[in-house]
Amino acid sequence: MAAGKKTGKKTAVKRGHKGSRKISGLIVDEAGVIEKKILAGKKPTMKFPIRSLGNVRYRPKVGYFELKGGKKERTLTVGTVKTFAQTLRMMSLSKELVEVDDIATKREAYYVSKNWGQARFKEQPESDTVIDDVEALFMVNREQLGFVPEEKGGDVAGRLVVIDRDRDSGKPLRIDCTRFGSGAYSIPISVEDLGFETGAKFILAIETAGMFQRLVKHNYWKKANCILISMGGVPTRACRRFIRRLADEKKLPVYVFVDCDPYGVSNIYRTLKVGSGNAAHINEFFCVPQARFLGITPNDIEHYKLPTHPLKEVDIKRANDALKNDPFVQHHKAWQRALTKLLSMGVRAEQQALAKWGLNYVIDTYLPEKLADPDKFLP
Amino acid sequence: MSARKKASKKTGKKKPDKKKSKSVKEDQLGLFAGKRSAAKAKPKTVAKSAPAKISAPLEKKQGQEKPSGGKRSKSPRRRSRTAAERMASGQRDISISEFFTKNRHLLGFDNPQKALLTTVKEAVDNSLDACEEAKILPELSVGIRDLGNNRYNVSIFDNGPGIIHSQVKKIFGKLLYGSKFHRLKQSRGQQGIGISAAGMYSQLTTGKPVVITSRTSAERPAHRLQVKIDTRRNEPEVLGDEQGVEWNEKYPTGTRVEMEIEGVYRGGKRSVDQYLEQTAIANPHALISYINTKGEETVYPRLTDELPREPVEIKPHPNGVELGMLMAMLKETRGRNLRGALMRDFSRVSERVALAICEAAKLSPGARPKRLAPAQVEALHKAMGQVKIMNPPTSCVVPIGEELLGASLEKGISADFFTSATRSPAVYRGNPFQVEVGLAWGGSLPADELCTLYRFANRVPLQYQQSDCAITKAVIDTDWHNYRVSQSRGALPSGPLVILVHIASVWVPFTSESKEAVARYPEILKEIRLALQLCGRRLGHYLSARRREAEEGRKVDYIETYIPHIGIALKEILGLTERQQKKVVSRLQDTLRRSRKLT
Repeated sequence: MAAGKKTGKKTAVKRGHKGSRKISGLIVDEAGVIEKKILAGKKPTMKFPIRSLGNVRYRPKVGYFELKGGKKERTLTVGTVKTFAQTLRMMSLSKELVEVDDIATKREAYYVSKNWGQARFKEQPESDTVIDDVEALFMVNREQLGFVPEEKGGDVAGRLVVIDRDRDSGKPLRIDCTRFGSGAYSIPISVEDLGFETGAKFILAIETAGMFQRLVKHNYWKKANCILISMGGVPTRACRRFIRRLADEKKLPVYVFVDCDPYGVSNIYRTLKVGSGNAAHINEFFCVPQARFLGITPNDIEHYKLPTHPLKEVDIKRANDALKNDPFVQHHKAWQRALTKLLSMGVRAEQQALAKWGLNYVIDTYLPEKLADPDKFLP
Repeated sequence: MSARKKASKKTGKKKPDKKKSKSVKEDQLGLFAGKRSAAKAKPKTVAKSAPAKISAPLEKKQGQEKPSGGKRSKSPRRRSRTAAERMASGQRDISISEFFTKNRHLLGFDNPQKALLTTVKEAVDNSLDACEEAKILPELSVGIRDLGNNRYNVSIFDNGPGIIHSQVKKIFGKLLYGSKFHRLKQSRGQQGIGISAAGMYSQLTTGKPVVITSRTSAERPAHRLQVKIDTRRNEPEVLGDEQGVEWNEKYPTGTRVEMEIEGVYRGGKRSVDQYLEQTAIANPHALISYINTKGEETVYPRLTDELPREPVEIKPHPNGVELGMLMAMLKETRGRNLRGALMRDFSRVSERVALAICEAAKLSPGARPKRLAPAQVEALHKAMGQVKIMNPPTSCVVPIGEELLGASLEKGISADFFTSATRSPAVYRGNPFQVEVGLAWGGSLPADELCTLYRFANRVPLQYQQSDCAITKAVIDTDWHNYRVSQSRGALPSGPLVILVHIASVWVPFTSESKEAVARYPEILKEIRLALQLCGRRLGHYLSARRREAEEGRKVDYIETYIPHIGIALKEILGLTERQQKKVVSRLQDTLRRSRKLT
């Protein structure tokens, strides 16, 4: 992997699907290097960036996790020959997909491997890992390799028109997100080619579908002039990319409304804002650096006298882990204070806990009060 | 012979009668001590000698019959004889046979299944001993017929020297009649109890006599006797005596013993079948054929035509002699003074050693051995333990032999790996012994059970009381993990493993008269352990090599399975031709085969 190649890949990513030829070129290059090594009587190797929190650094200026450059080398030996063969066959599959402009879900890729005789995968997690490896190897998003996840992207409602293309005619297709009634627009797996029109003031990303439902039902987006997005737990890559593109293009602030517990903070919010360790090679595009944490904060628990549950063992572990190992938390004193406070309180509170003060307390009181002063949001 | 016979006939008088030509060694047998104690005054102290186990029940018995107790009656000569005599009137001699009928479990007849096995075993042991002593390659045929009602006809033929007419009734009609007890020489039988005990058991359960057909030479007619035992007198009772009977056997000489006993026949562990199978392993020079109750014949062929070297008879060693035995020996010695007696009757006692013993015991070397007081004999016994004496000669012990044992295992057991080891002879308490170990691994042996342990003493399989045996203890105490064999704490190792341990000795220290377990002398345990370790190391090497091979195989397998896929992928990606693809695959396979590293 020469440094020059690396930059080449990055361009490919930026260009999205248009870089398909580039992708297949990368695959051919890699395979060519391997072939030459084999013919020279040497053991071929592949180098993968190490995908973990330990190998990323937080760069506040650009606002996301960046790979530190740690690599693991996989040399072809008797012990690795199976994975090596599977990786190469997966690369071959990817090349084929890219060239004919098709996609395969991860599950489908797993079933394709069933044709590979002894090299087939026994369980899907095995093939998912190999897909992740290939993705990291080329420093691209798996969608660019032709592989798509099964997971749903997320739901959108509010003052937004999404401009997509008609599959058959290729003509622009305008999707008005105000016209889904009690339903919502579903973020597609690939969002690179979407266009946006909006008059909204901000984006509100919500953890739970339940809270999203409440806000949609009462047309909160009308009241607050915003776009509501339900993440359904940790946001998918498509969801992150969608929010990022929308916010970038329309210069909208992004506010995040999640449960007050270590999971909501360090998994959902952190992943949305700066990316994850596992996908560090693509964080640059799959993060939303402009996101801000609206709530629920530990202070809110006290201020709004919310009913709570005690922190679970795993919550405590997660919080301590974040304080110790998460470069994002380590960078922000405010987050350290918040997590430490949460730990000392020993409790957590859900978004729905606001219902204690009335079902629409969140709409009538909580959100307006919070939105009155966005500067107080946690970073 | 006659001496022996008289001894067993003892007349039951209290009078100390040295004249009774009991052989000294008879005292070793606790059984005898009890019987004799009534007869002889002095030797009574002897009751403590070697096989102490049996003497215990006997004494109890005496206790019942003579309330004053046998022991007491002798020593106090000074006390009133009238009292002693009065008591004597109520005392009666107990025949050894009579004793046996009430204590048959001591000899291995505790239950019907075991009785059948013991019967076969005693006859086979006797036959093999007889053949070897006569330097005839043994050929045995064993048959068991089911007569219904739990009755079996047991028939054993051997091609041995035969038994002369006059001896037949004594051998089969008297307990403690035999040639082996009076000498220190490696043999299967030791005491002359076995076969007559079997006969007695037969008589007890079915009332039938033992039928013996024998011929001692091609020139002489065969004779057939039917013998019972008069248990009261321990004397034979001859029911039938035919001369010149028809001789249908393949061999000119030999003996056929037939008896009818009540028993239970079962296969599997501790069965007659297994006993014979193991006997064949430990006696590769014997040809044994066996017809079971279903009429099926099994033949265990011979592995060698060479008889084992004849064991040499040795004198007792001072370190191994018991106090009681020493007393008896001194009484009977032909040596005129103590020095001479020691040199004459013991092994490894030179003049220098004899003098050293006398000095340590503070006794005059010229003392008359027969006149020593009990306290003096005790001092002498102690001195014998203190003076450093050379170990007894060990040539008297005859092992099966490392190679032969290994070959025999291979013949008898279907497994993948065999090893065997014969240690140099060693000595416990003045008795020479030698340990051999054989291991078999793999093949069709059950893999997920405890190992099978074959124990042998003087080539005789030991099938009962495994847990009490020194052999078992030594196997358990060996750390089999060192040899890649799994083993739970305090248990035998497990896996497809057969462990064979053979102890050869002039006197195997059994824990009881039924000869089922070897006593745990530290010297014996150590020798067994060393032999096990030696074989264990070899097994460990074999298993490591096999593991390496398996890994090697896995490697080859991996290379052959997955590398073609690398070829396919490269072909698809790079658009290689068939030839290029093949070249990539073969080149990569070569590269990987050359590398030893697996990961």
